[in-house]
Amino acid sequence: MGSRASTLLREEEIEEIKKETGFSHSQITRLYSRFTSLDKGENGTLREDQVNFRGFMRTLAHFRPIEDNEKNKNPTASEPLNSRTNKLLFAFHLYDLDRDDKISRDELLQVLRMMVGVNISDEQLGSIADRTIQEADTNGDNSISFNEFIKVLEKVDVEQKMSIRFLH
Amino acid sequence: MDVGITRRGVLFIILTALSLLHGLRGEVLPQPNGGVTIIPHINPEDDPQASLEPTKGNSALFKLNYPRIQIPLEITLWMLLASFAKIGFNMYHKITIWVPETCLLITLGLIVGSIMYFANEEPPAVHTNTVFFLYMLPPIVLESGYFIPIRHLFENIGTVVWFALVGTLWNSFGIGISLFAICQIDAFGVHDISLQENLLFASIISAVDPVAMLNLFEDVSVNEQLCIVVLGESIFSDVVTVVLYNMFNFQAKKEVVKATDVLLGIAEFLEVVFGGLIFGIVFGFVAAFTTRFTSKVREIEPLFIFMFSYLAYLIAELFSMSSVTAIVMCAITMKYYVEENVSQRSCTTLRHVIKMLASISETLIFFFLGIATITTEHEWNWGYILFTLLFAFVWRGLGVLVLTLIMNPFRTIPFTFQDQFALAYCGLRGAISFALAFTLPDFIGRKNLFVTTTIALILVTVFIQGITMRPLIGLINIRKTNRNLYTINAEIHCRLMDHTVAGIEDICGQYGHFYWKDKFMRFNDRILRKILIRDRRAESSILALYKKLELQNAMLILDVVSGDISAAPSIISLYEEKKSSSKPNKLLAVEVKKMHDILSKNMYKIRQQAVSFTSKHALPNDSQPREIVIRRHNSIRRSLQSHGFHRAGVSTIHKYHSLPAGKSLGSKLSPGRRSHADVQENMSEVVYPSRTPSPGPAPLSSPLREVPSVHDRGKSGRTRHGMSRTSSSYSDSHVPAPRRHSKSSTSDKNSAGNFREPHHKAEEPEQQQRPLSPPTAWAAEPKDNVTQHPLLRQPQWNPKKM
Repeated sequence: MGSRASTLLREEEIEEIKKETGFSHSQITRLYSRFTSLDKGENGTLREDQVNFRGFMRTLAHFRPIEDNEKNKNPTASEPLNSRTNKLLFAFHLYDLDRDDKISRDELLQVLRMMVGVNISDEQLGSIADRTIQEADTNGDNSISFNEFIKVLEKVDVEQKMSIRFLH
Repeated sequence: MDVGITRRGVLFIILTALSLLHGLRGEVLPQPNGGVTIIPHINPEDDPQASLEPTKGNSALFKLNYPRIQIPLEITLWMLLASFAKIGFNMYHKITIWVPETCLLITLGLIVGSIMYFANEEPPAVHTNTVFFLYMLPPIVLESGYFIPIRHLFENIGTVVWFALVGTLWNSFGIGISLFAICQIDAFGVHDISLQENLLFASIISAVDPVAMLNLFEDVSVNEQLCIVVLGESIFSDVVTVVLYNMFNFQAKKEVVKATDVLLGIAEFLEVVFGGLIFGIVFGFVAAFTTRFTSKVREIEPLFIFMFSYLAYLIAELFSMSSVTAIVMCAITMKYYVEENVSQRSCTTLRHVIKMLASISETLIFFFLGIATITTEHEWNWGYILFTLLFAFVWRGLGVLVLTLIMNPFRTIPFTFQDQFALAYCGLRGAISFALAFTLPDFIGRKNLFVTTTIALILVTVFIQGITMRPLIGLINIRKTNRNLYTINAEIHCRLMDHTVAGIEDICGQYGHFYWKDKFMRFNDRILRKILIRDRRAESSILALYKKLELQNAMLILDVVSGDISAAPSIISLYEEKKSSSKPNKLLAVEVKKMHDILSKNMYKIRQQAVSFTSKHALPNDSQPREIVIRRHNSIRRSLQSHGFHRAGVSTIHKYHSLPAGKSLGSKLSPGRRSHADVQENMSEVVYPSRTPSPGPAPLSSPLREVPSVHDRGKSGRTRHGMSRTSSSYSDSHVPAPRRHSKSSTSDKNSAGNFREPHHKAEEPEQQQRPLSPPTAWAAEPKDNVTQHPLLRQPQWNPKKM
């Protein structure tokens, strides 16, 4: 089988990941073992989309709970991956599949259809989507931009909703 | 005005009952210690009614034999009175929110007590040690144990145990020691109370009973973490209190406390609690195992549960272990397995009876609290009592603060100050404190003082804190559960985020926050379920479970709707709605509300979301079964459709069938409709006694019948205010389709049609109830359809089938 040695985690990598994502050393090692157990093909990536471990960690980093001390560290540095804005961006990208920075009506419909059972007819779903866009859209372009998305969710406790406590 | 009249009627009844009780004579004064129960004692005082004439010789025809039935009669009348009162209270939803029910019970007790006082009666004190601990406490604790949402409890187990255990200990010792310090001050004249006695007293009053607040919390949608902590704390603090009570009781006899005594005390404490735990778990497993074999004796299934729980309690008492822990653990352990093994009816019976018994016990206790307030000998000592009140508040507040401080770093969602305030403020004392105080042994010199103080504390906390809690909660802007979001956007996006987080958790291999739970679930699936759950083939167990869930669900929905039969729209009006709704969409508030309804009904829920907290006075609200049911129904329907059934026919048949099984639309269409009970009857008969080779199909077809009833029932229930766009899309195919379909002649459809015919025939005036003939052709399908659907994998109910 392929050389597993190349996929073993090296110290420098752990350090890099730590800096980038904010996970602790033990969390990274634990998640790495989880990654390898998911990675059935042993080629260092998950599934055909070739998510490697770095990508895996980066995604997971969005879900770290927000800690207070991070806010004060370095105002000029770019935000850590698990900041509120980044969490919202993650959610935004779940809708916005074509990455045009807008959630169009169709994209919204697609997601809605996935989230909902078969009992809702298309026209009902369509009206719900319309209502959603109508509520959020402030500049009248019939789609939701990221800023509008942020604004809509300002009252929602996103930090808590999009957080998992990772085991050490 | 209808309500007004009934309310007046109820009040009238209450007053009559009161005057009836006033007429009762021959009250009891038992010796309040030792194992002596009630000794009837005739009090031949002023008494018109029950002036008993044991045969005086003249009227041999008309005799009154009061002493014989005295005790049961009194208890029955008390219970009846309290229950009338409950009916009265619950007439106004607002009252039960503003004023906790315990307040009202105590008030009633106070009223009756004052009547008795003025009539110079002695109250029947059923609070001997034996009666309380052996008869009144177990139901209350069993109920708390049985209805805890187990998953949430274990997710927060650290916090709960921390608050309960350490909090109660902190409270007891804090209050005890500070009271002892107060006692040293001669001015109050309580110099003779020793440290042990103070500690004993403190342990009594640190039993918190905040469950009354849960009603309020839920109404205000306080965040769930707080609710679960409140619930868990009340249970476990009972445990701790009883243990401490027994310990200190024992210690109080001694004059001097040595260091070894303290260590011994700690060791004893741990031993007692763990012993209770073990007993509870053992009995829980035995009970679960027994129910595996009870399929032939369905009627007495609940009996096993009760007997085993009670047995756990008694055996733990036998070995001087913590019986409260035992019964709670027994309930927690066996609930999951038992509810899978027993029939639907036994399940319902079980729940209802548990609630009922607990309600009885609690009512009686609070009632007597009210009475005892008036009628016992009080020893009032301003200093002691005021300081007790002060210390109770102070120590609880301090306790919550300190404990939260220590606990918060370990929690994902830390407690804010508002949470802490709410937690501290909702420390009502309740039934257990009173009962423990009342059953203090007599060698404690100042027993009356203790009783008085306890009563004072309970009254103050229940009334003042109970009533002011609600405005305060509103004021402090506590973190709400986010369940009632006002924009569609927020709702959709939040649900999406929840799905995402659930997915990520699955990827990381964690459920919620606990690695151990994952391990336990695996152990459970592999080993425990095989032993404890009745042996069934995989498919049928899923389907039977599915059926049971639907039945539960359908019953819930029907219960809701049955109150509104007249308000449910008829088919004709639905038809018209559809026409009118084809106008272009104007987004009114009403429409938004409907959208919310649609979304909340139809969006798949995440497993963590459905929480069911139960107050002592209501059955759990299981909205998750509803979700599962709808989801599975969809998946099965989709798979059926893919097997060649005419799509419109199937879906309309489904919709159509929702009607006859219940009441709302059926009432308009046919005079004779099948009652819900019959449906249930048929259901259980089909599934349970028949170990036919294809148990699959029968339950499979029944879902088609029941679940749409769930759907439309839910919808018709909600759309009673007029707009019914949701049902409208089905209405056009309602009438013509069934006729078309009943003539179908392929073997599959025929058998299916056979099955379905009784239903739509019930719709029409002629009403036959053809026995359900499970179509054999369907035997093959469930296996394929059911197991392949990922939606059917529910960690909560199903073992993972991989």
